[in-house]
Amino acid sequence: MDTTLKVEDLHKRFGEAEVLKGVSLSANTGDVIAMIGSSGSGKSTLLRCINLLEIPNSGRVYVNGELIRMKALPDGTSKPEDQKQVERIRSKLAMVFQSFNLWSHRTILENVIEAPVHVLGVPKKEAIERAEALLAKVGIADKRNFYPNHLSGGQQQRAAIARALAMEPSVLLFDEPTSALDPELVGEVLQVMRKLAEEGRTMLVVTHEMGFARDVANQIVFLHKGQIEEQGTPGEVIGHPKSERLKQFLSSTRH
Amino acid sequence: MDESLTFLLSIFPRLLAAVPLTLALTAISCVIGNALAVPVALARLSPNPLLWMPSALYILLMRGTPLLVQTYLIYYGLGEVLPGSFIQQTFLWEYLKDGFWYAVFAFSLNTAGYTGEILRGAMSAVPRGEIEAAKAYGMSPWLVLWRVTLPRAVQICLPAMSGETILLLKATSLASLITVWDIMGTARQIQKESYRIYEPLIAAGIIYIITVFILTRLLNLLERRINQHRAAPQSA
Repeated sequence: MDTTLKVEDLHKRFGEAEVLKGVSLSANTGDVIAMIGSSGSGKSTLLRCINLLEIPNSGRVYVNGELIRMKALPDGTSKPEDQKQVERIRSKLAMVFQSFNLWSHRTILENVIEAPVHVLGVPKKEAIERAEALLAKVGIADKRNFYPNHLSGGQQQRAAIARALAMEPSVLLFDEPTSALDPELVGEVLQVMRKLAEEGRTMLVVTHEMGFARDVANQIVFLHKGQIEEQGTPGEVIGHPKSERLKQFLSSTRH
Repeated sequence: MDESLTFLLSIFPRLLAAVPLTLALTAISCVIGNALAVPVALARLSPNPLLWMPSALYILLMRGTPLLVQTYLIYYGLGEVLPGSFIQQTFLWEYLKDGFWYAVFAFSLNTAGYTGEILRGAMSAVPRGEIEAAKAYGMSPWLVLWRVTLPRAVQICLPAMSGETILLLKATSLASLITVWDIMGTARQIQKESYRIYEPLIAAGIIYIITVFILTRLLNLLERRINQHRAAPQSA
């Protein structure tokens, strides 16, 4: 089996609060996994533990079969054994953030070539050519010389997606990519994401967009209080919810 | 009055000839001081007490004591210690006979303290998300600092930093007290030669204000260039 991403028994505590209580998950190449759940269920934390923006207390993360080596510390936390390995693996897991997090001192084009040039060592000329193609793909080729602050939220998020694609990542991590957008701008971002899913990219998407989860994802994971409560195809999870909590959650998001 | 004005005008060429020295003092101290401000700010932000405590003490000393005291201590203090030390055998000795380099030394250290504190504030004001994105894309801590944190911080504190540069330009007049013939030093020289108190001071003041005005405009241009991302969008 071609497992691109595997998470085993992930635990994360913030002080007293245990946010993740042993979560396991795996994604094969081409999987689009939507993670749903009410706020505080730990879905964003799970995503951030995968690329170690949050350091999990325990558990294992494999990317393309490679285990991120962690060492346990006496106080119950852990830390990466090898910072270089973390950097290398992060460069294969491109993240799209809720609030875009584009580098505001660089133009859109510079944002897209930044990490390919300085992290992956791609020659600048080649990176620019690729970036221009990607910006065209997400529909903002004409905005290449603009600074992020001059773009609408939807355009910024599409630029951020181009930035992620420029890394040619194994997995795309989306952390509530449409939650900070005005309602009329959500569609343009979802449309780009839909296109990526159709191309067969491996995606892990934390989202509140149930329509997107139902139509685009091939797997839905419902998190509740730091655990996976239910998991399956959209038909199973949304069509035939088993647990009370999921039924409750679905009825509260349905309109 | 007429005669006073004639004298005033007559000393301008000599004072103007000293402008390059004042500018050199300012520019060199500014470059060295701002470069040193980076490690000062980094140390100040470190969680390690062995780094942040010395840095905090350094900032306190530089900001808490008069620049004149620092300048005197360095000029007379080093002037006492250096002769006879190994420094006398090195190429540095040539420079260290001249008050100019003591002034540069003092002003650089002082600027490092002031700008270090400004930079520390600016670095903690860089949006966390942008730093997080840099990490998430696989940048090493140094690369994050060099590509994101520092350039963003400099943007944020540029107005404060250019204010510091103006203050530094005026503070270089203290160098005249350790035998440097900058604008102020030349004015004092003229005072001694001519027994006139006010005209040299007035002429020096006029030259300082013009220099400051020009420098302010240049720094504004620089600010606008560096902070383009806040200005109106440019077309593609």
